[in-house]
Amino acid sequence: MRKLATCLLFMVAATPAFAQLRLTITEGVTDPIAIAIVPFARAVPADGGLDVAEVIQRDLESTGRFKGMARNDMVFKPTTAAEVDSPGWKQQRVDYVVVGRVTSQPGGQVRIDAELVNVLTGQRVAGPYSMGAAANLRNSAHRVADALFEKIIGVKGAFATRIAYVSVDGKPPSQRYELYVADSDGENRVRILASPLPIMSPAWSPDGEWLAYVSFERRVSAIYVQHRRTGKKSMVSARAGINGAPSYSPDGKKLLITLGGSNGNLDVYLLELASGQLTRLTDDPGIDTEAVMAVDGTVYFTSDRSGSPQIYRLTPGSSERPKRVTFTGSYNARPRVSPDGKQLAVLTQADGAYRIGIQDLASGNLQVLSKGRQEESPSFAPNGAMLIFAGRERGQGVLQTVSVDGQISARLAADAGEVREPVWGPFLP
Amino acid sequence: MKKLVSISALLGTLALLAGCPAKKPDVPPPPPAPTSDTTGVEDPSTTVGDDTTAGPPGELLNQRIVYFDFDRSDIRADSQTIVNAHAAYLAKNPAQKVRLEGHADERGSREYNIGLGERRGQAVRRALALQGVAETQLSTVSYGEERPAAAGSDEQAYGLNRRVEIVYLK
Repeated sequence: MRKLATCLLFMVAATPAFAQLRLTITEGVTDPIAIAIVPFARAVPADGGLDVAEVIQRDLESTGRFKGMARNDMVFKPTTAAEVDSPGWKQQRVDYVVVGRVTSQPGGQVRIDAELVNVLTGQRVAGPYSMGAAANLRNSAHRVADALFEKIIGVKGAFATRIAYVSVDGKPPSQRYELYVADSDGENRVRILASPLPIMSPAWSPDGEWLAYVSFERRVSAIYVQHRRTGKKSMVSARAGINGAPSYSPDGKKLLITLGGSNGNLDVYLLELASGQLTRLTDDPGIDTEAVMAVDGTVYFTSDRSGSPQIYRLTPGSSERPKRVTFTGSYNARPRVSPDGKQLAVLTQADGAYRIGIQDLASGNLQVLSKGRQEESPSFAPNGAMLIFAGRERGQGVLQTVSVDGQISARLAADAGEVREPVWGPFLP
Repeated sequence: MKKLVSISALLGTLALLAGCPAKKPDVPPPPPAPTSDTTGVEDPSTTVGDDTTAGPPGELLNQRIVYFDFDRSDIRADSQTIVNAHAAYLAKNPAQKVRLEGHADERGSREYNIGLGERRGQAVRRALALQGVAETQLSTVSYGEERPAAAGSDEQAYGLNRRVEIVYLK
């Protein structure tokens, strides 16, 4: 047991060295909720030295909706709600106080119990709690932050989720491409794939266990699916010409893909993974690509059949012609559907720049959310509250997030190299 | 970054040597895979070797890059002589194969740019075929904006990156 604890400490201590992405809020709400997250009672040594309260505070602050109280300003550091003196905290202009305890459990498990106190009402909300293996204490802390966010804001948090992204190192023409998976805060980065030839278009399976992507490792494009944990990798399409733009159907059994064939005419197909059966969904001389399927089965895709790229929709199995969805501006591409199916995130041209837009599907209104010159690859958080996308800063690719109302922006910058094509994974079971 | 990766590998090895148990998954084993190997070949796991050759010498034949205007895939008049020279050589050497690698500049969506790069590669393929080059000598690949020739986000870099490279194969 002592040996195990030493190992865990060693591994946790090693983690920050790989924390490649750093999050900075660039624009938050004007009046964030003041919250004091008091250091939790620790379980030594089972907690591996992890500061659970700090993880929770960083999660909540990363949304731009919260301002955490500095620990130096905390007069008392209670660990139970019963010890929280509401009037005292109220004087310090705090809206909420979070207290908690980390306890060691049988079988290598560690439990986090948190309590939320509304300072204005004095109301004490027991829980949330989260239990998991000691090695995954950080994930348990994210789950507590998810629940706290939901209790205060009314929307489930998306902190205990993962993102995948492509990293590029080196200068043209000799670059190195890598595919990474990390926690949504950039921690626990794991390299999935590396290649001297391009890797692009990562996409999550709905259960968060698989990644589909395009790799040119055989000099030509091919689509692969790879198991996140075991690394098991299968090539699912290496047909003549372009194999691109994979995205999973909501049931995880099919991939929407783009094929170009030897004559180079890009159309959208549906590939059933178990049988390999291929169904053609579009047949047009223009470029049809970047298809994605909504929960109701509607397929949205980019097509330049009208002359410039715009978003169209179709229903697989229907004989109806694809219908155009976007009419604002001369360039709309790379659609992604919100988890509730009501909004479409797109790459749109506005004021001569490429920016992230969000279109309400019922009204057709398109709102531009970002402010950069060259942005791309929007991807919804599984709670539908935020988008992650790729932007540029001083010539380098960085990852950025923006709330779907455009009010809150943050940046996830890499220490070195360029990061691009972020995709936000699903809620984990 | 490479340094970090190697440290990571080293730490992993040390952890194993120290007798640390392998990191346990935080969730139960996954449900059956949503795919099977029957759909595709298992990955060779290594990148294919260099299949290119120096190609023919000559003032025009040494020029292997055809440039394009913004959002266009028609061959410009100033590139026509280069394309013609390669067409004449390839028609006379039917065993020689070339790969036409299409590229786009970095603006806009990546997968759509794959389509734009492919259009350019196909334009050069058609021009060569029209001048008597056999289809079996020609293949295309589009790298979209993924393999720029020049770094930078200005018109000069964009112009150098919107291109088709004529690559002679072994």
